[in-house]
Formats: sequence, C-alpha cells, structure tokens
Amino acid sequence: MIQAIVFLPLIGCIIAGLISIVGAHARNPSGDEVERHADAHGHGEAAVDQDAGVIHASSHEPDGNGHDDHHAAEPAAAGSRPAELITTGLLMIAAVLSWVVLVDVGFGHNDARIALFPWITSGDLQVAWALRVDTLTAVMLVVVNTISSLVHLYSIGYMDEDPYRPRFFSYLSLFTFAMLMLVTADNLVQLFFGWEGVGLASYLLIGFWYHKPSANAAAIKAFIVNRIGDFGFALGIFAVFMLIGSVDYETIFAAAPGLTGKTINFFGWHADALTLTCLLLFMGAMGKSAQFLLHTWLPDAMEGPTPVSALIHAATMVTAGVFMVARLSPLFELSPTAQAFVMFIGATTAMFAATVGLVQNDIKRIVAYSTCSQLGYMFVAMGAGAYSVGMFHLFTHAFFKALLFLGSGSVIYAMHHEQDIRNMGGLKDRIPFTYLVMVIGTLALTGFPLTAGYFSKDAIIESAFASHNPLGPYGFLMTVIAAALTSFYSWRLIFKTFHGEPHDREHYEAAHESPLWMLVPIGILAAGSILAGFPFRELFAGHGVEEFFRESLKMNPHIIEDMHQIPESIAILPTVMMAVGFLVSWLFYIRRPYLPVELADQQPLLYQFLLNKWYFDELYDLIFVRPTKWLGRFLWKVGDGYIIDGFGPDGVSAWVLDVTRNVVRLQTGYLYHYAFAMLIGAAGLITWFMFGAGG
Amino acid sequence: MTIGLGHYLAVGAILFTLGILGIFLNRKNIIIILMSIELILLAVNINLVAFSTFIGDIVGQVFAMLVLTVAAAEAAIGLAILVVYFRNRGSIAVDDVSLMKG
Repeated sequence: MIQAIVFLPLIGCIIAGLISIVGAHARNPSGDEVERHADAHGHGEAAVDQDAGVIHASSHEPDGNGHDDHHAAEPAAAGSRPAELITTGLLMIAAVLSWVVLVDVGFGHNDARIALFPWITSGDLQVAWALRVDTLTAVMLVVVNTISSLVHLYSIGYMDEDPYRPRFFSYLSLFTFAMLMLVTADNLVQLFFGWEGVGLASYLLIGFWYHKPSANAAAIKAFIVNRIGDFGFALGIFAVFMLIGSVDYETIFAAAPGLTGKTINFFGWHADALTLTCLLLFMGAMGKSAQFLLHTWLPDAMEGPTPVSALIHAATMVTAGVFMVARLSPLFELSPTAQAFVMFIGATTAMFAATVGLVQNDIKRIVAYSTCSQLGYMFVAMGAGAYSVGMFHLFTHAFFKALLFLGSGSVIYAMHHEQDIRNMGGLKDRIPFTYLVMVIGTLALTGFPLTAGYFSKDAIIESAFASHNPLGPYGFLMTVIAAALTSFYSWRLIFKTFHGEPHDREHYEAAHESPLWMLVPIGILAAGSILAGFPFRELFAGHGVEEFFRESLKMNPHIIEDMHQIPESIAILPTVMMAVGFLVSWLFYIRRPYLPVELADQQPLLYQFLLNKWYFDELYDLIFVRPTKWLGRFLWKVGDGYIIDGFGPDGVSAWVLDVTRNVVRLQTGYLYHYAFAMLIGAAGLITWFMFGAGG
Repeated sequence: MTIGLGHYLAVGAILFTLGILGIFLNRKNIIIILMSIELILLAVNINLVAFSTFIGDIVGQVFAMLVLTVAAAEAAIGLAILVVYFRNRGSIAVDDVSLMKG
C-alpha cells in the first residue's frame, strides 16, 4: 500500500509526460519552426499546418501587461483531458490510501519499514532505497497527497485555457512523487534526493510559463537561493557521516546521545559537533522553508500558476524544512544552541514577513508573505522542542493556506487575471462562494476560536512561552505581535478585495464565479480548515502526543505539560491580538478608508521600507549579485577572452597563422626575385668562405 | 699600353655584371634572361681562357669548350621549354610568369 502511495504519482507523471512529449512532437514535427513553414508551401496539408505555426509563433510574444496568467490562442495539446484525469485519479487514490495509512500507523501502531533495493555501496557508506513510515511520515503523506490531489483537481479548471496542460500535470505529479520520497526517506541521502527533487519540480513549475522573462527569473532565483541552503544541508549530511559513519536514521539517532561534548575542528575552531551539524542541517531547512535571510525566493515564486503556489509554496514543499527538523528532532533536542538559533530565526521570520505583508498589494504576495510568517511560527515550535505542535501547525496550515491560495486563484480567475487588490473591491456579491471560503480561510489563518488555526497557533505561542529556550521570551513576543499583524493583513486582503466600492466597474461586471472543478476542491479545503483543528488537538498538542507519535519525534519531555500550565491571561493573548488586528483593519479599510493613506503619508520612510520588503532584494543585489556578476564578467573578458584566448591554444594557433601568412608572402613567384636571392646567397657564401672561414 | 691579365678579367667582370643586371632589370622577356645567362657563361669563359693563357695550362681552354657545349645545350632546352610555355600560356613576359606565387 505504501509503495502504491509513493509510486502512483510517479506513474501519473510518466504518463502525462509521455502524452506531453507525443503532443509536442505532433505539434511541431520537425522541431524547427522555420523549416516547417518552408515545408508548408509544398504540401497538401499546408493550410492547417501553417495556421498552427502562426498561432504558435504569436503565443511566444512576451506578454508585458504584468498579469499572472497567460491566455494562449493556441489549441490545447492532444490528450490533455486524459492526462489530467489520469494524474488526478492516481493522486486521489494515493490520498485515500494515505488516510488509511495514517489511521493504521497512528492508532494501530503499525510502523513500517520497506526496503526497496540498495542504492550506493561504497566503503563504509551504505545507502539503500527504503520507505519508512511512522506517524510523522504518515501525517506528511496525508498532507501532501490530500493537498496535491485537490490542487490537481483545481488545476483542471484553472488551467483550462493553457495549451500545455499535460506538461503541467506531469510536473505536478513529479513534485508530489519527490515530496513523497522526501517524507518516506529512511536515510539522509534519500531525504536529500527528495529534497532536490522538489527543488527541481519547483523550478520547473515556477518557470512553467517559460516565455515570460519574469517567470524565468523567479525560477532561477528560487533554484539558486535553495542551492545556498542545500549547500549547508549537504555539509550537514557530510558532518553526520563523518561523526557517525552512517546516514541511516536509526543508526544516527542511536549514536547521537554519545556525541554530546564532542568537537569538530573547523579551521582551527573547535566547534561543538552536534551544534555545528544541526546548524548546517538547519541551513538547508532555512532555504527550503524560506526563512529569514533566505526567504527572498518565495514571494517571487508567485510568478508560477496559482495552483502551484498553493501546492508548493504554501502547503507542502516549503514545509519540507519543518519536516526535516522534526524528523531529526533527536539531534536538535541534544543541542540547545541550535534550538535557540531555530527559535530565533523562526520568530524573526514570523515577525519580518508579517510586517512586509502589511503593505503589499499583490493578492498572491500577501498570501506568500503570510506563508513565510507561518513557517516562522512552525520553527518557533521546533525551537521550543514542541515538534508535534509544529507539525500540528504544518498540518492545519496546509489546509487553510492552500485554501487561501486557491481562493485567491479563484478571485484572479474571476477578475480575468487581475492580481492587484487596489483594483478589486466589492466582489462579495459577484463571487459569493469564493468570498465565503476566503473568509473561512482567513478566520483559520488568524486563529479565530474553534477554527483549525486557532488550536495550532495558540499551541505554538504557548509552547514558546513555556519553553526553557533562552530565546523563548523573544519567540513568544514576536509570535504574539505577528498574530496581530497576521490578522490585520489578512482582513485587509478580504476588505480590499471583497468589500467597498469596485474600482473598475467593467471588471466588476465581468467577474464570474469559477467552474465547479475549482469550487469543489476549495469547498473541501474550507471544511478542512475548520475541521482539521479540534479532532487532532489532543493528538498533536495534548496528552495523546506520546501515544500518537511514539518514537518518530523526540519531544522536549516537559513541554506539553508546561504548555498546559501557563496562566490564563497568556493563553488568551493571541486571541486578543487577533481581535485587535481585525478591529484595526476594519477601522482602516471599512470605517475610515482615508486613515491608511494618511498614515502612509505621515510615515513615508517606514512605508517605503516595508513596501520594499526591508530592501532585502536590493541589499542582496548589492552584496552578492553584483560582485558575482562583476567577477563573472571579469573572468569572461579578462580571464578567458584575454589570457586564455590570447596566450593559450587560440593565441598560439593565431600566431602560427600570422607567421605563415607572412612567410607565404615571400613567395612572389617572380623569377628575378629568386635569382636575386640566389645571387645574394652565393655572394654571402663566398664572402663567408673568403673572410669568415678562412680568417 | 700592354694588355694584361687585369684587362681580360675586367672585361669578364663587366660582362658578368651586365648578365646579372640583365636578369634583374628585365621585366619583359624571358628570352632576354636566357641571353643574359649566355653572357654570364661567356664572362666565365673569358676568365678561363685568360687564366689558362697566362698560366700556360691548356686545361682552362678545354674547360671553356666544355662550358660552350653545355651553354649550347642549355640554350636549346631553354628555348624549347619557352616555346612550349608560350603555346600553353600565350605569353612569356617575365611579370606574367609567377605561378609559384604563394
């Protein structure tokens, strides 16, 4: 059954990929547009062929109007519908099986470890492909497969105008497969395989509309920023192998307690082995989960189609970092320094992203920064040692964040690919269902009592308060303030989009509710956003944790107990903050809409600072991008162009050619020149004989 | 004034120089080059005969006869080549004969 869960998406990916390749071949037989046009003049089926070519060419014009989605006049690839149905159907099966596995593993305690086949055997290094399913993995399986299958379903509606749907669905399934390999990994190398697999899928999907330069740039940015994190992650894996001599989880976790106090000599600096390893591993998590300093790729990744944003950049892939820290909790639990760092980064991200989210105007970017912020919350829980609580938030967040993204997608779809919330307004009458689910998602995100987010978010804030982490108070403070900010910007989005006066009457009139393909998944997610909280509360953040997660997580032993003993005033604080955020938002955008404008005018520096996302992109451009570009240019122009080409092989060959060209010029062909040369030679020879050799 | 060895040698040298100049300065006709070569050979002959007379050794004059023979053969072959060349290329101007130009 577990094999089926993991490999059904792969099968779907391959089938859709084949359909895509066959379709591309049929569309463009010669693989060369110009040649095809030439052919078209001579053949009988010229007309059809040529038409397709013209449309094809026109669809490659860059669309510079800044809208998200791409209208192609091109007919859809043959086999689009089968590709959609096959991938979606396989994912649905996998999703249902995942729930069965969750019940089986979580309550039936049937942990599984399935060895597939050996992978690498090199000296001491033994790596095997294996599927490891314990409760932690089962939770992730449920999250990934449920969200992924709903996103597949949604995409059928959302992408209905796109001619390259088989490719899109193939990528989606590829992503799902990679993520499943990641969560079922039994060793760090397989985890790394999945890790890079989702990175690749993310790159492909962000750059899905490859004719848009901004999409390509965003894809490359995501890839490179992730590589920076992966560099640290790879070093972390090396460190683990160096210390323990194995990459298998079981061996690592068994050996980890013996490593306390050991040091690694790192350029003459004796670093604590466990702390250093954990920090390196966490660097990978920071990259993948878009934490502070490595977060810049996530908002840009919104260039991809909206379902991708929902699937990858909200619900599943970015949680890989959280999952990894939870999976390696036996290591992190042994290093208080690393935990403090995790807490610090998480709290900072939660706060930072929330402040930036306050002033953004792109509907998807607001949700993206919200994602960033919520991931920070999860890391705060990880830093507090309450891994199950972090996983709880991951679980609930997947539902309401996917809901918010898909809802935003529905808004964008209704508004004909308009994404700026300043150009929206009053939409609640036009698209009531979308409005309803967006409100549900927002309630869940802001932690309205009894919604899913309420339980998980409050639990995180409580865990930060109760933790013995030196940075616990900092984490607590940041997450509480961020809760107010979250509430403010989430409601701002709702008010600006759905309430008030429509800014563009024409767009408003044309707005229409999305097709059923899209509404059904949103409805399911809306139900999940409400129901995912309460029933699971005891399992993730209550007394059922020990029983539910067992050995898959190594919790801070007192954290759950301490969480339940915090003062009532603290426990209610997040809810109060949520209400404050809502009231301020209501005041700003419903009651007195001139207030935010005045505030922005009064505080132009602060406003610009937030609007430009703390100037991180500019800073990185200055510190990293420009010097790198300069270095690249220098090596290209001077290193390669001048030195290698000037004095290397090319230089020598050019010099030889030069010399021979001059030598050839000596051969004039005129008789008297040869005769003269002969005479001079003879005269010289005689002179030498007479005076030189003789004397 | 008695005519001595120096005079003979001077005549030979003058002839030789004329022959050399004839080769270099001539841009028109290959036949002139052939003639210039004859002149050079004659200059050599004069030297040989002059030395042979003054030393009293007959070998020099025998050698001069040999040179004459060779010169005649050379002229015959050279002219024959020229005729063939003219038939092929339609010109025997020295400036046109530059097939070996690189």
